[in-house]
Amino acid sequence: MSELTAETRAHMVELTHRYPEKRSAIMPILHLAQSVQDEITPEAMQMCAEVLDLTTAEVNAVATFYTMYKRRPVGKHHIGICTNTLCALLGGDAVYEAVSERLGAGHNETDVDGTFWLERIECQAACTHAPAMTVDWEFMDCQTPASAVDVIDRLARGETVVSTRGPAIRDFQATEHTLAFPDDGLAGEGGEADAIMCAGLTVAKERGMSAPPAPAQGA
Amino acid sequence: MTPLTPVITAHWDEPDYFTLEGYRRFGGYRALAKALTMEPDAIIGTVKDSGLRGRGGAGFPTGLKWSFVPQNDGKPHYLVVNADESEPGACKDVPIMMANPHALVEGVIISSYAIRAQHAFIYIRGEVPQAIRRVAAAVREAEQAGLIGDNIQGSGFNLRVTVHSGAGAYICGEETALLDSLEGRRGQPRLKPPFPATHGLYAVPTVVNNVETIANIPWIVNNGVEWFRQFGTEKSPGFKVFAVSGHVNRPGIYEAPLGITMRELLDYAGGVRGGDGTVKFWIPGGSSVPMLTADHLDTPLTYEAMAEAGTMLGTGTPMVFNNTISVVKAVTRWLEFYKHESCGKCTPCREGTYWITGVLERFEHGAGTDPDMKLLEEVCGQIAGRSFCALGDAAATPYPAALKYFRDEFVLATHTPVDETFPPVAGYVFSEVAAR
Repeated sequence: MSELTAETRAHMVELTHRYPEKRSAIMPILHLAQSVQDEITPEAMQMCAEVLDLTTAEVNAVATFYTMYKRRPVGKHHIGICTNTLCALLGGDAVYEAVSERLGAGHNETDVDGTFWLERIECQAACTHAPAMTVDWEFMDCQTPASAVDVIDRLARGETVVSTRGPAIRDFQATEHTLAFPDDGLAGEGGEADAIMCAGLTVAKERGMSAPPAPAQGA
Repeated sequence: MTPLTPVITAHWDEPDYFTLEGYRRFGGYRALAKALTMEPDAIIGTVKDSGLRGRGGAGFPTGLKWSFVPQNDGKPHYLVVNADESEPGACKDVPIMMANPHALVEGVIISSYAIRAQHAFIYIRGEVPQAIRRVAAAVREAEQAGLIGDNIQGSGFNLRVTVHSGAGAYICGEETALLDSLEGRRGQPRLKPPFPATHGLYAVPTVVNNVETIANIPWIVNNGVEWFRQFGTEKSPGFKVFAVSGHVNRPGIYEAPLGITMRELLDYAGGVRGGDGTVKFWIPGGSSVPMLTADHLDTPLTYEAMAEAGTMLGTGTPMVFNNTISVVKAVTRWLEFYKHESCGKCTPCREGTYWITGVLERFEHGAGTDPDMKLLEEVCGQIAGRSFCALGDAAATPYPAALKYFRDEFVLATHTPVDETFPPVAGYVFSEVAAR
């Protein structure tokens, strides 16, 4: 595991400058810590507490409240499969079963060599793209059991896997860094809205429908 | 037939619409220029007159909310955008942030100007990094173009915008829990009153608005109240970014006037997928609002008509289920969600979601009993109206609605496991059979 360094601390301090009160930076700070160490460790909570002038108990209270902060190493890739009602019933349950079998891991467990963390995730705001899966929280939409296992296989072989609405998959820690510092140069990846997001626009164009025009303006 | 009316979504197929240049090519930031020539109170008045209602679920009139912020009180004011979209079935704010982040940013600047906020926060759920990147990039572009910062466009108005990543907590979609979370605490709801309008972030006047609500603002300011009120009804004016999911042939985003019916949306979405081609049940706006059936397909999707039908418009993101789906299983899974997401602050919700889920799981396995049905009703009755925040009320919603329309299925589940009555494979949207 990587050590937290003076540079990490400096980045934590930098994050506090975004907010009128520095305690507000606790969530990005914990994301940053997780980007360095692959989990939230006691020493990370200690450093966070020092930077924010909080007790470690106060930091611990926050770190244990939010499900994205992990208390065990996640490994290289975080695999999320939505098993909330809609995705589950449209096939997400079968996707989860297949991936669980492939990895030999259950909910919030890693595979035997600690590369993949599997998690049944709650609604990912991708219901139109059900069954939804995420890899390091990047969208992997519209999965089937076979396609999801194929994603795992390709990642395991070190091949490039591209998010269906985002960048090529990096790893869990890289995403955690993005959550602290979103300006990672990847905002343009994935391009324009996909066919599902444009479903209504497409039908409207086919049927010659549009919103009433804006009134003529002097300005 | 109610037509589709793409407004916020009108240019989503343009390759660079999510950039400043692309957004500007289609009139982006003209509303801001206009707004900066107006008095802030005049903007609040315009939004009030437009009748815009909050798109996050509750449907509270936006202009009215803004007018509750005390002015000239010498305190800092904040605008907080609730971009924590986590409601099961809701998937319209994340697409808006990915495809049209500048509409949100422009709306943030105008709204902040109107309520005299000099710092705005966009609280985005942490599980959607691509949406976070897009919004953060849009904010940076706007800063570089002098649209955010000091003395914006020579107006004397200063604004900072902070994009904040959440870390996985449905409860943070509740506005006071979101504020606690943004202050660096566990995301647990606050007692109301006082309301955020007077005691919000850091206990100063704060407006919390949903992404889609704020994304409406540029069009209202630019095109005016009359134009906006052409859409929708008297009580539900405007257009809505509907996200249609589930058993439909073309799931996706459909923007239409409020008042469109589910039957019309279904037609645009290519009809029901799978099963016998009929709708068994559907939910107009997230699992926290009661389900409806095929009998309600012609009910207008407005705040008032949905309320009359015994449900709510909610987030306006209909989930459609065909006849292969077990209501018992659907409801059980939703309750497992509420149990997982209950913040633990109040007893009715923390304990109630635990007990409801346990009893529902008995039905799922065909081991429910007749008294169990009564018990569930009682427990739901003890949560609804007695919990600290709306999450508790939401958790008490799915079962009573399911029982109202599908009591037979619960009776069936007193002796037969739901997976036998409704084989799960029948509901899948892919044909490959799950390896077991």
